[in-house]
Amino acid sequence: MTSRVAVRPLAAPTPAPTGAIPLAEIAPWAVFAAVVALILLYLVSTEQGAFALFKGMYVHEFVHDGRHLLGFPCH
Amino acid sequence: MTRLLLWRGMLAGLAGAFVAATFALLVAEPHVDAAIAFEARHALHHGQVELVSRATQKTLGLYTAMLLYGTALGGLLAIVVAACHGRVGAVPPRALALLLAALACVVLVLAPALKYPPTPPAVGLHETVRLRTGAFLAMLAGSLLAALGGARVAQRLGPTLTPLDRWLAGGFVYVASVTLVAALLPRVDEVPTDFPASLLWQYRVAAIAAQLIFWLVTAELFGRLAQPLLAPRVAR
Repeated sequence: MTSRVAVRPLAAPTPAPTGAIPLAEIAPWAVFAAVVALILLYLVSTEQGAFALFKGMYVHEFVHDGRHLLGFPCH
Repeated sequence: MTRLLLWRGMLAGLAGAFVAATFALLVAEPHVDAAIAFEARHALHHGQVELVSRATQKTLGLYTAMLLYGTALGGLLAIVVAACHGRVGAVPPRALALLLAALACVVLVLAPALKYPPTPPAVGLHETVRLRTGAFLAMLAGSLLAALGGARVAQRLGPTLTPLDRWLAGGFVYVASVTLVAALLPRVDEVPTDFPASLLWQYRVAAIAAQLIFWLVTAELFGRLAQPLLAPRVAR
């Protein structure tokens, strides 16, 4: 009374592709890197230009050339 | 694994930014100086106290800005490579890093620059900096979203098309969406009528080239550093 269906192995849940890093392992690093990157990029690209968290123009003037050359609107 | 890749990505980004900043210092800075000389002749920024000297701006300031930018984006490249590795076909890690950098060159550098090209000092009205910053960031975000949309379409079409056709379909979706975004965003036209056209062109080419150099050097270095970590153990 064995049916063919019974001996056929169940389809495994989609296995992780070979060599792929589990997304759960990447997630905290991805979030942290994105947050830090956004803060750094904001300082380089926008601070004391369109918006200003700090008074004065020192940050703007200091990163001035980099800001221009990276294509961000400067002044 | 991600931790090790992140370290290597930031290191590669730092080195790539150093090369790009050196290129910018040698090739682009003469154009910045020429634009500032034009600005001074027209006294567009008259009566301003010089907070940071030109010598500091074009060396320490330039390197600081580029190295911060490079480290941040190098880290993000590492994260994206970590997520794509093993999930986008059998692309070896070095080729994957270079492929993603080439995409970054188009999506994050060239497409936004076609709509809002880099502007030297003396170009751009001070009063509109908020509008221009908002529009530029919207263009950047729109280009990134369009690219994700293109990738999604290419992925969905999976088995029905050959790999080349999938790339073309994804590319078509990207170009169509990014063109729409660019058409919707406001036009910025603030070049002074007597600003030398050749200076503007040379400045823009140098600025864009510095960013392309950053991405390609970073990706090549990162690919070499990541290869031993990501290559299948049997292959060694």
